[in-house]
Order: sequence, then C-alpha cells, then structure tokens
Amino acid sequence: MAEVVLKNIGKTYTNGYQAIKGLNLDIKDKEFVVFVGPSGSGKSTALRMIAGLETISEGEMYIGDTLVNNIPPKDRDIAMVFQSYALYPHMSVRDNIAFSLKLKGVPKAERYKRVAEVAEPLELTEVLDRKPSALSGGQRQRVALGRAMVRNPKVFLLDEPLSNLDAKLRVSMRSTIAELHRQLETTFIYVTHDQTEAMTMGDRIVVLDYGDVMQFDTPGNLYANPENKFVAEFIGSPQMNILNGKLIQTEDGPALEFPREVFVLSDDIASRLRVEAKGQLVYVGIRPEDLYYAEKKDDKNVITAYTKNVEQVGADTFVYFDFLSADRECTARFNPARYVDVRQDIFIRFDMSKIHIFDKETEVSLLDPFDFYLEGTPGKSSIV
Amino acid sequence: MEKSDIKIIEEEKSFKQKLQPWGYLLPTIVILTIFMFIPFFQTIIRSLFFTDNFGKMQNFIGFGNYIELLTSSSFWNSVWVSFRFVLIVVLVGVVLGFVSALLTQKAFPGLAFFSTSYATPMAIASVGMALIFQVMLNPSVGIINKILGAHGNMLADPGKALIIVAILTAWLNSGMNYLYFSSGLASISDSQYEAASIDGANGFQQFMYITVPALRPTTFFVIVTNIINAFQSFGQINILTKGGPGEATNVIVFDIYREAFMNYRYGFASAESVILFLIILALTILMFYIRSKGGKVQ
Amino acid sequence: MKAKALNAAELKYIRHEKMKKWGGIILNIAWWAFLMFPLIYAFLMSVKPPADLYDPNAILFPKNPTLSNFTDVFKVAPVGRYILNTVLVAVLITLSQIVTSFLSAFAFRFLKFKGNKFLYGLVISTMMVPGEAVIISQFLMVSSWGWTDTLMVLVIPHIVSAFNIFLAVQSLENFPYEIYESAKVDGCSDLNFVFTIMMPLLKPTIGSMAVRSFISAWNMYMWPLLTTNNDNVRTIQIGLSMLNAEDSQSMVLMIAGVVISMIPSLLIFVIGQKSMVKGLTSGAVKG
Repeated sequence: MAEVVLKNIGKTYTNGYQAIKGLNLDIKDKEFVVFVGPSGSGKSTALRMIAGLETISEGEMYIGDTLVNNIPPKDRDIAMVFQSYALYPHMSVRDNIAFSLKLKGVPKAERYKRVAEVAEPLELTEVLDRKPSALSGGQRQRVALGRAMVRNPKVFLLDEPLSNLDAKLRVSMRSTIAELHRQLETTFIYVTHDQTEAMTMGDRIVVLDYGDVMQFDTPGNLYANPENKFVAEFIGSPQMNILNGKLIQTEDGPALEFPREVFVLSDDIASRLRVEAKGQLVYVGIRPEDLYYAEKKDDKNVITAYTKNVEQVGADTFVYFDFLSADRECTARFNPARYVDVRQDIFIRFDMSKIHIFDKETEVSLLDPFDFYLEGTPGKSSIV
Repeated sequence: MEKSDIKIIEEEKSFKQKLQPWGYLLPTIVILTIFMFIPFFQTIIRSLFFTDNFGKMQNFIGFGNYIELLTSSSFWNSVWVSFRFVLIVVLVGVVLGFVSALLTQKAFPGLAFFSTSYATPMAIASVGMALIFQVMLNPSVGIINKILGAHGNMLADPGKALIIVAILTAWLNSGMNYLYFSSGLASISDSQYEAASIDGANGFQQFMYITVPALRPTTFFVIVTNIINAFQSFGQINILTKGGPGEATNVIVFDIYREAFMNYRYGFASAESVILFLIILALTILMFYIRSKGGKVQ
Repeated sequence: MKAKALNAAELKYIRHEKMKKWGGIILNIAWWAFLMFPLIYAFLMSVKPPADLYDPNAILFPKNPTLSNFTDVFKVAPVGRYILNTVLVAVLITLSQIVTSFLSAFAFRFLKFKGNKFLYGLVISTMMVPGEAVIISQFLMVSSWGWTDTLMVLVIPHIVSAFNIFLAVQSLENFPYEIYESAKVDGCSDLNFVFTIMMPLLKPTIGSMAVRSFISAWNMYMWPLLTTNNDNVRTIQIGLSMLNAEDSQSMVLMIAGVVISMIPSLLIFVIGQKSMVKGLTSGAVKG
C-alpha cells in the first residue's frame, strides 16, 4: 500500500521565494498521477519534495502510512527517473542498474539476477555490458527506468523523463511507461510540462501554476470541466479560444453579448450556470473543435471571420482568424473535407452547448461541472 | 480537512548533518589557517616591530620599518630592478608562447611532438634551468661565449645579468603561455576564418581582424599571471646572480630573502613582504579594472 | 584561352598551399631548435666526457659520448637519497592535494550550509597572497616547532592548495547535479559518492591537477632551501644547487644530475598531457 498524501505542503526558499503554497493532494495506491504546469509552476519542486531531494518548509507528507518529512530519500522507498537520466557514465549498464542493490549489500549473484529480470522487458539484455555513452537516447531512458524498477519501490517518481527524446521516440516511450505502470502495479508520479503527455498518461492530473493547484482531476474532466481559465487554456491543443463577453439576461434566457452578436446559451449550459446573468463581464471559452463552418450568416450563433491563415494537416484543417472580442488570434478546427481559402470572409458557427464561462475577476468557472463520462464510468471517481 | 489538525513540521537537521560540511572542509580550514592566515597576519604584525636575530619581536616601532624601507635607496633600486625584470619577462614570455601557439595552430604531421615540446618549460624547474644557463654562460667553456666569440662573464655585467635572468624566467613561463594561447586559438572557430577568406581577407588580414581581437582576453590573462609569477621569481636569481653584480638583479623577493635570512632583519623583511603583497594586489586590481573598462568599450 | 589562364592561377594557388604546409614544418623545426636549445645543450653536455669541454671541435656535440656522468654523479653526492626524498614529498603532496581539494570542492558545490560562499571566497583570496609574503612567518613558525630538517615540514604545509580547490570547484560547475541526487536516491552516502562517482568522473581534472601538483612539488625550491639543511631530507633541487661546479669535471656531472632531475617531471608531464584530453562526462546527460 502506497498512497502519497500531502497535507498543506509548502516550500519557501531561503531567499523568500515561495515555490509551493499549501499543497493538499491525496494520491491513491497504484494510481498514475501527472503533475503538469508551465515552468516555474512548482511541479518539479513538489516531486523533489516527495523524493526527499528538497526539504519541506511546512506541512506533512506521508508515503504509505509513514510521515516522511525528515526521512532521507534512500529510506523513503521511492525510485526516481531524472530528466537527464543521470546515469553514472563510468559504470556499465548492468552496474548502473545494480548500484542501489550494491549499496544495500545485496550479494553479487542476486544483484545480477535482478538486473537480468528488469533488463528483459526493457529490451536491455543485449547492452548490459555497455557504457551509457554507447547507448541511444531511448536506451538510456530505459536504463534509467530499469534503475528505478530494480529497487521495487512503493512509489515511482518521474521528472520530465521524455523531454530529451525526439518526438517519435517520445510517443513510443509513452506507451512503454504506461505499460510499465500496468505491470508493476505501483504508484507513479510523473512530472511534465507537456499537456498531451499528461492527458495521455495520467489517471489523474494535477495542474499547477505558481505553486498552486489549479485543478486535480481526470483527463476527461480537465478537458470538459475546467475549473478556471488557466486550466481551460492549458489543456487542449490548439488552445481554447478565450473571448471577452458580457453575461446578460434576454427574453430567450441567459445569453452572451459580444460587440456585434448576442448568442443565447443552450439549455444545459444555462442550467449549469452558477450565477445570475446580470450584465457582468466574463471570459467565454470555446475550443477550436466546437467551431463549425457555416454557409450563411443568418444561421444562429454565427460570426463573420476573415481567415488569416489556413493549415491543412490531413486529419484536420486549422483556420486562424481574428475576432473582435478576443485578445489574440482565434483558431477553428474544421473537417478537412471543407476547403477554406485564406484571406477570405467566412462564416463560423459556435456550438453553444460546448461553451465555457469564467468570471472576469477570479477567472473561476461559472458553470457547474457536468458528468463527462456518459458512456461508462472511469474506475477512479474524481475527488476535488 | 480541517486546517487545525495539520501540524507544521519544521525541517530538522541533525547535529551530524550540520557538522558534515565542516568535516569535508576540515583539512582545508586547518592548513590554510595555520600556514596562510596566521602567517599573513603575523607578517603584518612583525613588520611593525624591531626583531632580534631569531625573529622575536623586541619592541614596537610602528611604521619604523616602513619608513626606513621607503627612504632607502636600496629598496627603490629593488623596485626599479623588479619593474624592468617583470617587463622583460612578460614581453619575452608572451612572444615565445604566442609564436609557438601560432606555429602549431594548423594541423601537420608531427604536431603532437612540437606542441608537447613547446609546453615542456612548464615542467622544468627554475633550479635545473638556472644550472644549465650557468654552464652555457661559463666564461671559459660555455657555448654562448663561444658562439659570440666573447670572453667576459656576462653574469658579471650588471646590464646583461638582469636581461639573462629575465629571459630565463620568460622561458620558464613560455610553456604555460603557449598552452593558454593555443587554447585561445583553438576556441576561434574555423568558420570565422572561412567566412573571412570568402570575404577576401588574406592571411595577414585574417590574423589582424580575427585572431588578434579574439585573443585579447587570453592575452590579458597571460600578462596578469606572468606579472604575478615574475614578481615571485627567486630560484634562478639565487643560483645565477645572488642579486648581483652589485644590486643589479636584486629584485624585491630576493631582497626580502637577503634581509630576512642573511641579515636576520625579520621585521624589516616583513615590512618589505607586506609591500610586495600590496604591489601585487594593486597590479591585479589595476589589470582587472582596465579589463572591465575595455570590456565595456567593446 | 580563358581556361588556360585559370589553370595557371590554379597552379599558383596549389603551389602556394603546398609551400604553406612545408613552410610551416620547416618553421617549426627551426623554432623548436631555438626554443629547446637549453635542453638540447644540457643533454649533449651530460654525455660529454669532461675532456671534450675544452676541445674546440666538440663545442656542441660530444666527440666521445659517454654515459658515465650519469653514474658518476651518484658518487659525488647522495643523489639517490635526494631523489627518494623528492619522490616521497612530491607523491604525498600530490595525493593529499587531490583528496583535500575534492573533499572541499564537494562541500562547496553540493552541501548547503551557512557561510559556504564566504568560506570559498576566503580560500580563493589566499591565491592572491604571494608565498614570499608569508614565508618569513611560516619559517619562524615551523622552526619554533622544531620541524626543520624533516620531510614533514616539506609536506604538511602543502597538503592543501587553494588553486586546486578552485580547479576542483570549477570542474564541478559542469557536473550534472542530478547524478548526485540520483546517487542519493540510490542510497549512496556522501563520502561514497565523492570517491566512487564524483572523482572517477573527474579523471581529466584529477589528471591535470596531479601533473601540476607533482611538478610544482618536485621543483619546489625556496621552502626546502630554508627549512632543510641536511642531506637526509634534502630534495633534488636543493641537492643539485649545492653541487660545486667550478671545474669541467664537476660541471658535466652537475648537468647529468640536472638531466636526471628533469626526467620524472618531464615524464609525468608528457604522460599527463595525454590523459587530460577528453572529458568522461559525455553520455551521462542526454545525447
């Protein structure tokens, strides 16, 4: 059993910089949790505090049932995979993997047996006698994983392990790690700045910004029910479009007012609205895939847009356009079968049932979350 | 979760953890304290005292030693000799090292042999080299007189003696200078020369507009270390000239040695040591000041 | 016609390039002979029988080369003893400087403690103090302890070198911090880390440090001159400089002694230069 529990964990550096503010997390046994956020969000600091590489300024941290605040890394029963792999360059792959066992005083024969066991699934058997410098990037990465696996830790900590690999290798290592998690049945905590990596790998994801948890949820919920503007923009690629609007009450119900258009909210959005519409300023979010090509302007919820750039990537066509009430360029993701010319006025329809609304001041969502998993329920229920 | 049931656990460092860094630094702290810091302050204190033949401080005379020093023509002679000595050492040493580096800038068969040779003066003792020079300059059998067809003892000539010990010192420094210059040259990327040759620069122009500016920081560094080294030259002077003839090669370090260990005037020599320290300190600061100004212009 | 003119220019260019290459080699040979002349001369002197010194036909090259000077020099002075002393002193100084430098550098780079920067600054500042500025006090101090005429007095004051600490800290600047953390997670103690991971990875630095320390210890002159006055503890440099070289006989013997004294430091230098070439850390961190 290895839950990882963080109670009000804080980290303040001696220069007064507060890297982590009151972090509360309840990571369950065998769960794959991803810490994601931009650089400086404190995600690595949080991981390193769990590892014991960074002292904990305040709060309590438990691994299993043990309070680990003042336990050195080697006694926390964790293993860590570093961004740079941090292999020992002067040791062979075998000795790299066996090093922690050697320090524990495991006899040589037993050590090498264990090495052989972890090398097999990682396809490292052939290269056990080589030095790290003679390995490819992917192999080095697997040695780093092997070095962690051989210790049979309660918790696996991975700090941006894929960021030094090329794009293709990254995708394949993603499934290697996911498969490893299924096989080992231990708790994984994984840090990345790449939201795609987070979304594809995590059972649950902690989105961090400036040392604060923005949301801790399943990938589906982060995508469908972002708690705030930060999460909404951070998750999803291309980014969610954010527009400035006003939440007003019309005779058809609550609606969003833009300088030239008024779009009435769909019924289910209106029913999830947490506040009364009384003309307050809001941020309106809509994902590129929730924008559609429209034939005519007089359809409902349609705007006119001038296409600045069109990218055909095969499966999708991305259309970039300016919209008066948006602070930056907007993106729409169209069916590739629809040919769109660049530098042209086109009509774009908003799917008003997929809209997100955030308070202008607090940037917190003004919509109640809805049940995203309509078909089948995920094994792990979301706790916030 | 209630805030109240969260204990704030302060990070604790055990006594052992707190002590640990000092354990690693113990030899350094002990040795530097005993053999650097204490002697350094003792030198300053001793310089304010009149000392007996065993170095015991007899009576406090304030700046007496300094006043005596600064009013003695012998000391000013030492300063002047040191200044000329350092000048020759730096000039000759820089030229020797720089020419060697230029000659080995491009690859050719046998490069490894030549570059190792040019660096070897680093490994040569001042004593050994001084003894070789002694034989080379021997009035009756030395090669130098035979080549020049001369008969006199050059080391007995006040003008030549200083030049000879300075050239010897420059030679000793040339190996180190060579290494610095050639690593400076190696850090200039080939593409700069290629771009220049495509732009139509000939060999000399490439040297003037690429090599020389790129080596400016290296040259600065070499000059500073050479000056500091030169001020500390002792072995070659003690063996070849003992400060003579007359006081023609009586550089400050040798004068300190003479006053302290031949005349047993420890307090007086300490005052001279302090002045030597101040001269080197001032020169170092001056050089860095010049460089920081030069750096801004660029 | 135009093609022919171009060919001539090309030929000129090719000749020019060839000349540059050969010119470089010839210049190097000339420069080498000039720069290395004192050493060449010393070698030639050391194989000269004393009689050759006055022979006008043997000014540079010996007429009857002999190796007897190399054996005879051991008879006029306890050169064997000097060499043994110097080897002992130089090896002890080198080994202890390497250990103390890396232990200190480890603490400065990896351990967080109050006064870290201040202490490092203090250590570095001692590089500014010329040895001659403190040598009087050092000498009076060790002689008051009765340390003179021992090997200890030659070694102990030199087991720490501020310059080598600086060098070690510099070499750790580029040392991947994650390797230290990784070792920590693996359960490696700090002392174990220093000796089994950090130092093996810094072999090139250790190599150049060893070469420097050994050579400067081997060539040390002023300190042993002051503190030793006895053949049993004399180093080779002092021993050689005490040799009498008035007549031709003793002159060639002394030069033979000088040549012998240069062999260890030159050998270490030549070997060490090769080992300094390549850093070991490549491949440790990404590719």
